[in-house]
Amino acid sequence: MSVNPVQKPSTAFTAAMSAAAGAIAGLLVGTAHDQPTLGVLIGAILIGIVGAALSKVEQMEQAERGTRWGILAVFIIGGFALSGVAGAVVGALFGWFFGWFIFWIGTGRYRAPLAPYLTPGQVLWHYTFRVIAGAIFVFLITPILVVLPLSFNAQDFFTFTPEMLRFDPAGYSLKHYEDFFTNNEWQRSFRNSLIIAPFATIIAVSLGTLAAIGLSQSHVPFKRPIMAILISPMIVPLIISATGMFFFYSGVGNWLEGALGMSKSLTGYIKVILAHAVLGIPFVIITVTATLVGFDRSLTRAAASMGANPVTTFFRVQMPLIMPGVISGALFAFITSFDEVVVVLFVGSASQKTLPWQMFTGLREQISPTILAVATILVGISIALLTTLELLRRRSERLRGMSPS
Amino acid sequence: MSDLKSTGPQTADAPTPEDAFHEVAALEAKDAQEDIHDERVKGPVLAADGTPLKRSLNRALRMQKMRAMMLIAPLLIFVLITFIFPILQMLWRSVENEIVSQTLPNTVIALEQWDEKSGELPPEDVYAAFVKDMKVAVANKTHTKLGTRLNYEQTGLSSLFRKSGRKIKKWDPETGGPFKEKLIKVNKGWGDVTTWQTIKLHSSPITAGYFLNAVDMRLTPDGVAMQPENKQILLKLFGRTFVMSLVITFACIALGYPVAWLLANLPARSANMLMILVLLPFWTSLLVRTSAWKVMLQQQGVINDTLVWLGLVDDANRLVMINNQFGTIVAMTHILLPFMILPMYSVMQTIPPSYLRAAKSLGATNWTAFWRVYFPQTVPGIGAGSILVFILAIGYYITPEIVGGTKGVFISNRIAYHISSSLNWGLAAALGTILLAVVLILYWAYDKIVGIDNVKLG
Repeated sequence: MSVNPVQKPSTAFTAAMSAAAGAIAGLLVGTAHDQPTLGVLIGAILIGIVGAALSKVEQMEQAERGTRWGILAVFIIGGFALSGVAGAVVGALFGWFFGWFIFWIGTGRYRAPLAPYLTPGQVLWHYTFRVIAGAIFVFLITPILVVLPLSFNAQDFFTFTPEMLRFDPAGYSLKHYEDFFTNNEWQRSFRNSLIIAPFATIIAVSLGTLAAIGLSQSHVPFKRPIMAILISPMIVPLIISATGMFFFYSGVGNWLEGALGMSKSLTGYIKVILAHAVLGIPFVIITVTATLVGFDRSLTRAAASMGANPVTTFFRVQMPLIMPGVISGALFAFITSFDEVVVVLFVGSASQKTLPWQMFTGLREQISPTILAVATILVGISIALLTTLELLRRRSERLRGMSPS
Repeated sequence: MSDLKSTGPQTADAPTPEDAFHEVAALEAKDAQEDIHDERVKGPVLAADGTPLKRSLNRALRMQKMRAMMLIAPLLIFVLITFIFPILQMLWRSVENEIVSQTLPNTVIALEQWDEKSGELPPEDVYAAFVKDMKVAVANKTHTKLGTRLNYEQTGLSSLFRKSGRKIKKWDPETGGPFKEKLIKVNKGWGDVTTWQTIKLHSSPITAGYFLNAVDMRLTPDGVAMQPENKQILLKLFGRTFVMSLVITFACIALGYPVAWLLANLPARSANMLMILVLLPFWTSLLVRTSAWKVMLQQQGVINDTLVWLGLVDDANRLVMINNQFGTIVAMTHILLPFMILPMYSVMQTIPPSYLRAAKSLGATNWTAFWRVYFPQTVPGIGAGSILVFILAIGYYITPEIVGGTKGVFISNRIAYHISSSLNWGLAAALGTILLAVVLILYWAYDKIVGIDNVKLG
């Protein structure tokens, strides 16, 4: 593609494209001042003229740096004159965009990364498509990014205060984090989550790994029905699982308390842990069987032929090789339990209140920005998990002699 | 044996013990007689320990099956007990109705003689049997539970049972009669034919009543009828759940397709960078994303603030985007979008980009090349993603509960309401059973189209 010669497009083309972009910006500004038509006209004419003028310049690239700063400054001043600080910020954005856009079009740079045989319509569609996809990515990521700064809000609001927008340090504080780390309710629910999730993970991983190894043998009777049963907790909607477990565990709880004489809170934990373990099992089964598909079975035979008993073979040969799959299954099981709220809501009692449960009641009843602080911490945890999974995937591929893509 | 498929990678070319197992598995299907005859003629092939090779291999195969089952058994039993059994229990609860015949055994027998369509009150012996049963029930404090149960079918019965229970407690069923006038004097509800009709209709130990209630119907002496207009909400809710799940699925297709295409067609390095933007929401806690949407969509939220700040929306008429269907659809589309993108992406990755170029070089227009060549190849990905998203959406509870208000809730919110607030567990179980049936049908379709073994994560 680098052989593609970049031609400078005609002045009319540059002017037209600039005018179109200007019209869209003008529409935005015009609507804000109740004059959409006027805004479109002014925007199109103004930017169109700038585009045409710049296109006439012979050595456009050399003038770029200075001109772009100039356009930026004009827009900031214009925006400020029109509607104060807010206008200046919008003006800066527009100024930067137009400075870049006019030169991008005017120098023909937009054509460089594309195949030379594309028609103008295809080029237009190519970039329109990029803009659409970009908007979808913005839709995907904005809600998560918005939460992060809001959690440092000095006010008890769920929205940006004027101080925050001015980047005034007084508008920011760590008080919601402080609340999370000192408030008994939050701390107790956090502790409960940290008790329940690891135990549920241990049960799910130990049973799930064994079963996955069993399932990957070559002759397993009733393989499909068994697989369907083991995967079912993932398929059945949580609300139905929760309803079923609600009836089941109320009976189990009574039995544990009555016949075995366990304390109420212990039975509560046992109930929630067992319920969460079942929900995590499909993830362990899926990840571990996926790893076992690539497992070279002659290794276990080699170990056996050299005198290792099955237990030794499992722990010294098979286990280290399927470890990445087991760990990522464990992470899935952990996050399932750590993130789960419907089942615990139905099965648990108030003393097993987990972090998501606390967030759920917080969102439904008393709105406290501490939720956003917790949300930020949880986003941090999920980034850490995502990184771990990616590293594991690379390690797994390296172990199997494939190069990471 | 060439038609046998091996399940694991056969790395060595030489025969392995694995191959022997495969052969045995195939031989089992063959006629055993013929083999024995063969062996007599040629003499059996012997294993190292002197047993015939075939028997030895058979034993080894059996051992292997046993070992596999032993490994699977603990988990299978665990899942069967703590997951499948509770679900079956729920199914049972949706038809179970022993409370009436257990609490009022004599009344139920006495009522059998009474014709509920005659429009006349039952005879004195029914009332006598009823007082006898109630006396026991009040002593066991089960009469209020029965009242609650029958109240689902006819409003007002709960208080009728509760109030009358207090009076009946003091009566003597042997000598206190006749009870007909006495009971009607206590509460004129006992002089109402419909009360007795309700008791008789719901006296059988197994009932379809909850299922009928779940689809806005009820049992009457003249057969099955629709609920009164003002009580018909569940069918509407089922319909809304279905329609909104469809809208969410289509929104996910519309938004997921361009993203998946871009991810599949960009160079690996930039595709991986963009993949993070898809995977980060996927990995973020559901409650974090739901609270984020609450922050975004509120009237004093980020979107409204931004629009007001830009001057596009007047401060007085901020947009109402939360606590309605719009809020639920936007938030759930965002939450479920990765589940659509990932299967689409994995399918699109396998389509060579040269196909599109070939189509164009043969004279296809851009649209024809896409619609006739590229799109049909991506249909499996769309199908897999759609079923996945639809199954997930139809059973969602948390997000509609928080951002849905009253207009944007799903059937699952109704189930939760009946479990925790109205305590009509039978109806909750019936609603759950219907939902489960829908999901299982979709799951079956998913298994047919994609195969459950092909589920991939991350």
